[in-house]
Amino acid sequence: MTREIAVVAFAQTDHRRTSDELSEVEMLMPVLHEVLDRTGLKTSDIGFTCSGSSDYLAGRAFSFTLALDGVGAWPPISESHVEMDGAWALYEAWTKLLTGDTDTALVYAYGKSSPGSVRDVLTRQLDPYYVAPLWPDSVALAALQAQALIDEGYTDEPALAAVAARSRADAQANSHAQLRGSVPHGEYVVHPLRTGDCPPIGDGAAAVILAAGDRARELCERPAWIRGIDHRIEAHSLGVRELTDSPSTRLAAEKAGAFERPVDTAELHAPFTSQEVVLRKALRLGDDVRVNPSGGALAANPIMAAGLVRIGEAAARIHRGESDRALAHATSGPCLQQNLVAVLEGEPRHVQ
Amino acid sequence: MTTEVLKAPLVVEFPFTRSLGPVQSAFLTGLREQVVLGVRTTDGRTLVPPVEYDPVTADEIRDLVQVAPTGTVTTWAWNHAPRRGQPLGTPFAWVLVRLDGADTALLHALDAPGPDAVHSGMRVRIRWAAERTGAITDIACFEPDDSVIGGEAADHDGRFESMVTGIVASARLDYTYSPGRAQTDYINALAERRIVGERCPACRKVYVPPRGACPTCGVATAEQVEVGPGGTVTTFCIVNIKARNLDIEVPYVYAHIALDGADLALHGRIGGIPYDQVRMGLRVEPVWTEGGRYPDHYRPTGEPDADYETYKESL
Ligand SMILES: [Zn+2]
Repeated sequence: MTREIAVVAFAQTDHRRTSDELSEVEMLMPVLHEVLDRTGLKTSDIGFTCSGSSDYLAGRAFSFTLALDGVGAWPPISESHVEMDGAWALYEAWTKLLTGDTDTALVYAYGKSSPGSVRDVLTRQLDPYYVAPLWPDSVALAALQAQALIDEGYTDEPALAAVAARSRADAQANSHAQLRGSVPHGEYVVHPLRTGDCPPIGDGAAAVILAAGDRARELCERPAWIRGIDHRIEAHSLGVRELTDSPSTRLAAEKAGAFERPVDTAELHAPFTSQEVVLRKALRLGDDVRVNPSGGALAANPIMAAGLVRIGEAAARIHRGESDRALAHATSGPCLQQNLVAVLEGEPRHVQ
Repeated sequence: MTTEVLKAPLVVEFPFTRSLGPVQSAFLTGLREQVVLGVRTTDGRTLVPPVEYDPVTADEIRDLVQVAPTGTVTTWAWNHAPRRGQPLGTPFAWVLVRLDGADTALLHALDAPGPDAVHSGMRVRIRWAAERTGAITDIACFEPDDSVIGGEAADHDGRFESMVTGIVASARLDYTYSPGRAQTDYINALAERRIVGERCPACRKVYVPPRGACPTCGVATAEQVEVGPGGTVTTFCIVNIKARNLDIEVPYVYAHIALDGADLALHGRIGGIPYDQVRMGLRVEPVWTEGGRYPDHYRPTGEPDADYETYKESL
């Protein structure tokens, strides 16, 4: 029998432009403590720990090993790390729980973009033979996708501005968000994308606790059960891909069971306004679905944590009873190259 | 006490030397010779730039074809502020170009007077770099070209004189490094010739250098404790290879040193004693050179050796 696994707690930092007064572990630790406090668990109660981060943001090799100081890794713990967004660390933890080895897992992710120039840093994840030597930055690649969408008539600049305005207006209610309220749509960064179409650059961390079966029910009043989770990748060459669509997102969603019944909420990891257009289409989200009530990545985009934050935000809405069935999406790589979709559900509430 | 955290420039530079497979080798050598090659998939599509495995079927593919230096823009983005390393220093358009004869598009730059001069569907042509080495940058950029669609893909054996078999992918990233609060306090104290650790509120262990967290308990450390200056060598090794840019005669000894009052050994070089006389239990103290912001090395204090029982926990 397949085990039932749920997100039982979520915590995140306030995401800020810089946090240079804190080392990575100093930034991360309060979030780890908060998520443990929410469940009453101690470090020694956690069966598996998995994290996501990138050395390229810090500019230092094996930087994640220093962050381990924050989880109390002595006596030795069962631990793993992915050089990916924490959403993929959560996927690894979920598979670990499925094996029945353990009942609880701690997943965390962090990223400090402030020490470097993130537009340049991200060029180093590109194909090193044909693309990276040209140094196309992350905004430029997103802009190519945005122009393709405009050419195909899927969106236009006013519609993109509306996505930005809605996201930042929703972020008013999110005290952790970096960009909130009315934000000027601004000048072109790389045409057709303006500053308002781009995510803020910032530092932040997030943590989630997963638990299986009855353990989840003990730890959380209304666990956010992971009904399905899947991730898919597309060819690295941009010129091979259909940039106006996201077949990998659609396939991941299908495998995660997202299309079996409608969702009421979707937390989409769309750092650029134009990418929300692609994802809504790929996921067939109707206007009745609440998209990114947290403000999404346009309000706070701590690289390596922003995808895990989407899962955490979707789960937290279920915990609070604001959603019954939510979709969470995380992405990595240029122009939505890799995509993860999770479907989360709360048990039915017996409303009088 | 609140202090400004330290900050310093950190430059990470790396020249990755990468070898090329048969397809990439043919493509990049071709660029050097002003010939653009693609590869044909088993279902008859032509991929430019070419890859060794079909992105759909994962079949190994080796059938090279030559395509035209002219093509059509499939999408574009106007870059009014070029960044370091990008193909052109003046404002340009990023473009995906489907070369005539190809079914997929190549990413590059388009030299055009402004965004109004660029649109999807426009015709363009390769402008070759004056000096070509067998790299994607042998295409200097694209330029507008009104020619009609030219040519089908033609078979090509992919052979040229003196094939390019590798590239050097140079990269440089600039950071501003900050070590955070705990390590800033540590480094500042060193400059005042003091060594400070931090005590864990839970297990009471004193960590030096402090990193702001107890790795055993996973809690923040804050209580500052002055340790040393004396310490005990807990273990050591003899270094026989001279490090580049390091002005220290070999052989020398690198040791773990348990400073008095600390529960974790730090490491440092041992000087002032012949390398073959360094031993576990040797009592040492830090030596600061004139103007130095940190100990240059540790030297024997002349005290009797420490008893094993006093430092075995720090091994
Ligand atoms: Zn401790």
